Amino acid sequence: MLLTVQDSINWIRLTNGKVQENREYLTTLDQAIGDGDHGINMSRGFNEVMSKVHVSEYETVAEVFKDVAMTLISKVGGASGPLYGTAFLKMSTALKGNGKEVDFTSFTNAIDEGLKGIVMRGKAKEGDKTMIDVWAPVLKLLKESEEVDPEQLAVTAKVAVEATKHIKATKGRAAYLGDRSIEHIDPGAMSSYYLFEALAEVLST
Amino acid sequence: MSNVGIVLISHSPKVVEGIKDIIRQVIHNVPIELAGGTEDDEIGTSVDKIQQAINRAHNEKGVLLLFDLGSAMMNAELAVELSDYDNIKVAENVPLLEGAYVAAVESGLGKSIDEVLESAKACLDL
Ligand SMILES: Nc1ncnc2c1ncn2[C@@H]1O[C@H](COP(=O)(O)OP(=O)(O)O)[C@@H](O)[C@H]1O
Ligand SMILES: [Mg+2]
Repeated sequence: MLLTVQDSINWIRLTNGKVQENREYLTTLDQAIGDGDHGINMSRGFNEVMSKVHVSEYETVAEVFKDVAMTLISKVGGASGPLYGTAFLKMSTALKGNGKEVDFTSFTNAIDEGLKGIVMRGKAKEGDKTMIDVWAPVLKLLKESEEVDPEQLAVTAKVAVEATKHIKATKGRAAYLGDRSIEHIDPGAMSSYYLFEALAEVLST
Repeated sequence: MSNVGIVLISHSPKVVEGIKDIIRQVIHNVPIELAGGTEDDEIGTSVDKIQQAINRAHNEKGVLLLFDLGSAMMNAELAVELSDYDNIKVAENVPLLEGAYVAAVESGLGKSIDEVLESAKACLDL
């Protein structure tokens, strides 16, 4: 597998499409266990990301991710901004040595660094009912594979996001709800699912 | 001689304005800069606002950041990592109001950033 600069831009564009399409749904999920702004936060952030990426010229995938990171950091508002922002910043740093194209091993390493960034920033762990519960299984799949199977990637992310339904939240705002957080999908896990679903779509074309 | 600068970060602009008012009744020789709310002054925090506040509060003694809830800490830490200065510290596990008050008093006495942070951490024991 190779991810080109254009692929990385397509990835972000497809993610943006899903975020905008599901803006209300993300908000509904966050209303159930949070403060109801995840859809608005993500929609605003990715709108700004698209405006930025549209008018820029990129030589490397690392530069694309750097712009995505900085835009999400300054525009999202809410915990998901620093979390996704840090993830893309770490992914960008991890890919600094790569040029126009990124191979599978480097990409897996970048996702690894991105997840470490989320964990460092939010101090949550797998099983706390956050976006980590989607990133961690996706990373595990990538590490255990030699090539990406896009279909398997999408299924893994889907199963992971559905599984957050049954977890009791212990981090983030949802933690204040305790048992009442059970039976609801975590909004950040859902937006992370859109991210990896979009990645699978890019990789299958 | 300058004193350690203090940046107050909250999800609400009103919260940090109020805290600054309380401190200013007593302390006048300490830089206190505010980063409350998002860019549009909605509820939330903004890395850009925090960075600007750091730049205004900065001097050779350093800057201490105090914050209120969850994502405010994430953005505070991000602002520090993205900053060019190295004598900036985030006051973790310190209540915003009480911590800021104690930090301002200590800073006004000419203490170092580490001393100010130590006192802020112990603010509830006073
Ligand atoms: N400490 C954390 N670590 C990892 N993910 C987190 C953390 N806090 C919140 N999240 C993720 O962010 C999502 C909420 O994002 P959002 O609503 O935009 O921010 P906020 O919680 O500030 O309102 C949650 O559903 C969860 O997936
Ligand atoms: Mg929210």
